[in-house]
Amino acid sequence: MSNTSPLLDVSGLTKHFPIKGGFPIRRTVGHVQAVDGLDFQVSEGESLGLVGESGCGKSTTGRLITRLLEPTGGKVTYRGQDITHADRRGLAPIRSEIQMIFQDPYASLNPRHTVGKIIAGPMEINGINPPGGHEKRVRELLEIVGLNPEHFNRFPHEFSGGQRQRIGVARALALNPKLIVADEPVSALDVSIQAQVVNLLQEVQKELGIAFVFIAHDLAIVRHFSQRVAVMYLGKIVEIADRDDLYDNPRHPYTRALLSAVPEATVDEVPRERIRLVGDVPSPINPPSGCRFRTRCWKATEKCATEAPPLVQASGNKPGHLTACHYPETTDIIPAPRLSKDPEPAV
Amino acid sequence: MTSTDQQPFLSIKDLKVHFSTEDGTVKAVDGLSFDLMRGKTLGIVGESGSGKSVTNLTILGLHNPDSTTVEGSIELDGEELNGASDKTLEKLRGNKMSMIFQDALASLSPYHTIGTQIGEVYRKHTGASKKVARARAIEMLTRVGIPQPDVRVDDYPHQFSGGMRQRAMIAMALVCDPELLIADEPTTALDVTVQAQIMDLLKDLQKEFGTAIIFITHDLGVIADIADDVLVMYGGRCVERGPKEEVLRTPQHPYTWGLLGSMPSLDGPVDVPLNPIPGSPPSLLNPPSGCRFHPRCAFVEKVEGGRCSTERPLLEIVDGRGKACHLTDDQRREFFADLAASKAH
Repeated sequence: MSNTSPLLDVSGLTKHFPIKGGFPIRRTVGHVQAVDGLDFQVSEGESLGLVGESGCGKSTTGRLITRLLEPTGGKVTYRGQDITHADRRGLAPIRSEIQMIFQDPYASLNPRHTVGKIIAGPMEINGINPPGGHEKRVRELLEIVGLNPEHFNRFPHEFSGGQRQRIGVARALALNPKLIVADEPVSALDVSIQAQVVNLLQEVQKELGIAFVFIAHDLAIVRHFSQRVAVMYLGKIVEIADRDDLYDNPRHPYTRALLSAVPEATVDEVPRERIRLVGDVPSPINPPSGCRFRTRCWKATEKCATEAPPLVQASGNKPGHLTACHYPETTDIIPAPRLSKDPEPAV
Repeated sequence: MTSTDQQPFLSIKDLKVHFSTEDGTVKAVDGLSFDLMRGKTLGIVGESGSGKSVTNLTILGLHNPDSTTVEGSIELDGEELNGASDKTLEKLRGNKMSMIFQDALASLSPYHTIGTQIGEVYRKHTGASKKVARARAIEMLTRVGIPQPDVRVDDYPHQFSGGMRQRAMIAMALVCDPELLIADEPTTALDVTVQAQIMDLLKDLQKEFGTAIIFITHDLGVIADIADDVLVMYGGRCVERGPKEEVLRTPQHPYTWGLLGSMPSLDGPVDVPLNPIPGSPPSLLNPPSGCRFHPRCAFVEKVEGGRCSTERPLLEIVDGRGKACHLTDDQRREFFADLAASKAH
């Protein structure tokens, strides 16, 4: 990475959701530690992938960056400006530069508005009048995302899932954003349509130079789309690296297990390494002490229970490849196979 | 091994399932045939609306008889199920054949404990007492790998995690040792690490009991892991069938090529665009004429006389391998080699 300041700088980002007790006194009885101390940067035009299993805090992270949620702690800096606790007025100029694409193309478009109104919405709200008026810009955007520009008068129900997601992309592009947070943009789509939307996003990223935070649980799609990838587990980043580094040389046991669990549509002569994790992800209300992955890790020792491993460059790693593990993996040692039987209680 | 092993355990012949709706007739399944042997797994793969779930609900007799017409034959172990009485089907369901659904939380009753729900199936089919059924439920929970089964048997579904609920569903489906198990996207709602656990569990149980499994999914990766044979469905019809190795290594139908081409892999090239299938799946209310895939197919013009849009390609099965496509074998080899070459770099 260059020395210029990154587009987005996140340090120590934390979000704890309070859990309220029942009647009669709604006291706070605990906290869901959804996101707990994240550090990462996104450079201009770069795509950072955030992967992890459900409940690991990747969507919360997306909502914190876009400031749909206010962080409990830490700092979010966008182009040198601290937006961690910025109010409505402070955020107004930034809102147009950070846009979001949502997962569900059926829930994220207002069924009573025409496509034209939906896509022009961000321009109206921000009081932007492009040369030639809203309609011209909407037609332009529809063309960019591969829809017929004549369709601006139609309603969302007249489009298929993949086309709706294209409308979502057009809306996100309406204000020429610098950063797009895409939260599982293709996981609701059929396989053949997923590829269409991934290609579209890739074109947009390359041609318009927009930075992406790409949130997904599908490791193959993240690999295809992101130059850098962060793996999250229970609210923490366990490993972050350049794409090739991460997929070819995963150092965190969780990354390795996650990669080995992805079913691939190939028939291998030599079976791939398979690591079977036992049990489920623990609850973020009361996460394990020390390393949060230790309850499912085959290498865990006393040290893992008492000392949280810092996210650092492990020996032998390339610069920028950070791993939070006391006993990082090496490529030549194949870990003991884990059986899926007798998982530990999830609670 | 007895001589019945040579007979297919489940045999579907020219199955047609049509729904009448206000807008017209939906041809959800339109002439589907396949056989399944004991102890084998058939993977059915297809996109939403391809008719894969409808096929299996029809096998179990779970379709709505008022609005559905079912033609063709469904033969389970020599017994015809199409047109069988409710009583017959009721006896078979949960007993000789059972099903695992995608959404375990929605498929379990929130008001009853896991143990009661598993035991109920057992009591219905064997007439066992509550006490025996409870013991059986604990035994099943042990078998599917639920920790502390004698305690968890009294839990309610909401007290289980997603993976555990799916395990409980599997326990319920297997409580009467069914010979046919239909799994409809059983792992789609789960995380990959839990998905891997559940697939291992199903494979172990199949080895132990010799259950025949129909595994429905949209993920070819899952198919590669679990199936023996693959059936690719598109628009209510089978477009390609064969042993897993052959379908994945040398797919023969342009739709299968498209599916494989649109999936990114963990070790393929990254800076080239994916090869999506253009367009979107057809409406079954008014499906395309001829080959249902022809509006999205890149090779329509290679077939002489525009037959793709006029003539339905027949599924010819030789030694369990076949496809429904008008391309000649030479063309197929040539185009597939081109596709493989373009994907390699």
